[in-house]
Amino acid sequence: MCLAIPGKVLEIQAVEPMRAARVQFGGIIRQVSLDFVPEAKVGDYVMVHVGFAISLVDAAEADRTYKVLSELGMLEAELPPADSE
Amino acid sequence: MKYLDEYRDARIARALAADIAAHVTQPWVLMEICGGQTHTIMRYGIDDLLPREVELVHGPGCPVCVTPLETIDKAIALASRADVILVSYGDMLRVPGSHSDLFHAKAQGADVRIAYDPTEAVKIARLNPGRKVIFLAIGFETTAPANAMAAWQAKRDGLRNFSLLVSHVLVPPAIRALMASENNRVQGFIAPGHVCTVMGCAEYEALVRDFRVPIVVGGFEPVDLLEAILMLVKQLEAGEARLQNQYVRSVSYTGNLPAQHIMAEVFEVADQKWRGIGAIPQSGLRLRESYAAYDANLIFDVGEIIVDEPAECISAQVLQGLKKPTDCPVFAMRCTPENPLGAPMVSTEGACAAYYHYRRHAVSGKEGARDHD
Ligand code: SF4
Repeated sequence: MCLAIPGKVLEIQAVEPMRAARVQFGGIIRQVSLDFVPEAKVGDYVMVHVGFAISLVDAAEADRTYKVLSELGMLEAELPPADSE
Repeated sequence: MKYLDEYRDARIARALAADIAAHVTQPWVLMEICGGQTHTIMRYGIDDLLPREVELVHGPGCPVCVTPLETIDKAIALASRADVILVSYGDMLRVPGSHSDLFHAKAQGADVRIAYDPTEAVKIARLNPGRKVIFLAIGFETTAPANAMAAWQAKRDGLRNFSLLVSHVLVPPAIRALMASENNRVQGFIAPGHVCTVMGCAEYEALVRDFRVPIVVGGFEPVDLLEAILMLVKQLEAGEARLQNQYVRSVSYTGNLPAQHIMAEVFEVADQKWRGIGAIPQSGLRLRESYAAYDANLIFDVGEIIVDEPAECISAQVLQGLKKPTDCPVFAMRCTPENPLGAPMVSTEGACAAYYHYRRHAVSGKEGARDHD
């Protein structure tokens, strides 16, 4: 129930007095409310829960974390394989 | 998909697991609060990657699982009225009440509809002015702003045929209750990343301080969870208790202020009963007095419903991390996702259903042994 998934903002729309966006999740495109993340722009990634964006994914942070972690993975790959007990 | 696949990289997962093993010198019991995290742990076998010393126990963070039986019974009673359309998140339909569930009520002719987004319930009310539309508003802090927005829109539009049956739960009071319990075994928590996306981190600082327990706000992908576990193990091994945020790409210290604002406008904190666990003071939300006209509990009198849990369901202990689903004598036997006895077997985020889907075969030896009981 508390799952939120990241999607890419394709287009900003005005719906009623609110802002909404067309957001792409893999192959699926849905309309998402931007009431809680009004600063989202086309091209941004937002975390979406029950039809509402709840955060703007911090792209720099996501990339940095991934880079740090994948270097850890690389390092591991260069070590001899762990003993299989 | 961007920001999903990267965090499912098996190579990084193995490296993190090796790092955890390199840091651990003694046994630690860690709890992930959120059912979504439990699901990831079971699905990707994260507990199997961990060194023997690190035990994961599963927390109460499945809102479907902790919605009180009374609320389900009330929803079924209301749905059965000819003038009512009951709208619910799909996960709620198969949750057993004391006699039946919403799915059966629907099969017997009740107008029960599923919404993905709570404002769809408001649209149904606009389109059906002659019917009373009731939205079963459940969830943790993650879902509360969206549910609040449905109430806010209905009030803005002056809708007279829309109300909410609210059963909202809050995470920090539940952690407090777990830590204060004399049976508690948990030594570190993975806090729920999406709850904190909305609420921020401040509430967890107080828990860290009061109980000297490390808390790491964690995400939902395998690599997120392993990194959160590594951060907890490093703190525990160093004798530290701090709040750390692993899920920085979504969680800020202050959280989502517009979302908190609408929550505070519509809801206020109240005592709340948790299915299987019991009442926890100030652990839920109810509609404010200014929203009384939208409160199904005040509009419809279905009488006081008091019911007991099925005696054989040990979900109370499961939801508090005291027992594993596989310790339940009826797990995967008389209790299955097709025929759930308790709520944790219904939702995919419930610990019992997660074990059923991903671990049933690991306990088939136990099932075989039980045949001879
Ligand atoms: S397996 Fe079924 S009966 Fe046992 S604790 Fe889980 S939900 Fe309850």
